[in-house]
Amino acid sequence: MNPLKNSAHRAWIVLVVATTITWYLGEVGAAGTSAIVAMLAIAFVKGRLVILDFMELREAPRLWRILLEGWLILVSSLILLAYWISLK
Amino acid sequence: MTTMMNSPSTPPTEAVASRRLPGDLAIWFFILAEMLVFAVFFATYAFARAKNVEMFNLYQQTLDRNLGALNTFLLITGSWFVVLAVQAAHHDNRPAISRNILLGWLCGGGFLVVKVIEYSAKFGAGISMSTNTFYMFYISLTFFHFMHVILGMVILTVLWLQSRNGAYGSHNAHGLESGAAYWHMVDLLWIVLFPLVYVMR
Repeated sequence: MNPLKNSAHRAWIVLVVATTITWYLGEVGAAGTSAIVAMLAIAFVKGRLVILDFMELREAPRLWRILLEGWLILVSSLILLAYWISLK
Repeated sequence: MTTMMNSPSTPPTEAVASRRLPGDLAIWFFILAEMLVFAVFFATYAFARAKNVEMFNLYQQTLDRNLGALNTFLLITGSWFVVLAVQAAHHDNRPAISRNILLGWLCGGGFLVVKVIEYSAKFGAGISMSTNTFYMFYISLTFFHFMHVILGMVILTVLWLQSRNGAYGSHNAHGLESGAAYWHMVDLLWIVLFPLVYVMR
């Protein structure tokens, strides 16, 4: 059986790679607009995988998927806004 | 799937099952409430930082990113094991249910150990909530999350004991799914917290 057929395995691999990228960006001292946008985008992708493949909301009633993905959009937007203000 | 299309008279059980909320509805309201509290904390941190960027950037450098990343790996992997436990329940693979819950619990335990090492280094250096605004946020945010990891592990302990008694299977995975959803929330919150407090600048 191909282990990549299991969405949980796929999600875990992406989560590990994405975490390594964020860690690496920290190691090389990435800062500023592009670094902030990249890290937020990575966190967004990771959060979405947890919501859809770990919490198994991909096939859940739409309302709950919207509520949790909406939370992720809200939090990312607020952080982005605050960092954008800080860069001005 | 093809059989369903070929016979429209098939009971709609498959269609209903495909739009199903895992676990109890109540746990999802609880999870949402917890997530909103964290959303307020995350936003408060970000806007407090905007007023004092130099100070936040300076003291963020003192945090141990390696331990923060290691803890991310532990929670991601712990979450993954618990997904495997739920999948095992759906396949009535009883031994795999308890084994994966236990592995998930051990990842949580690893997280706590790493966090205690991190805290003792900071507290040993004389850092406290009152040192400055950055550390106030760092300690309160991570400690509030730490408490959620502990609660998650208490839940996993209950799930493990229940699974050892054969409580979960393809016809009864509700309790397991509810606890699993909470555990994934703990993971989800750390996925935002780690880049926000440890890396983004």
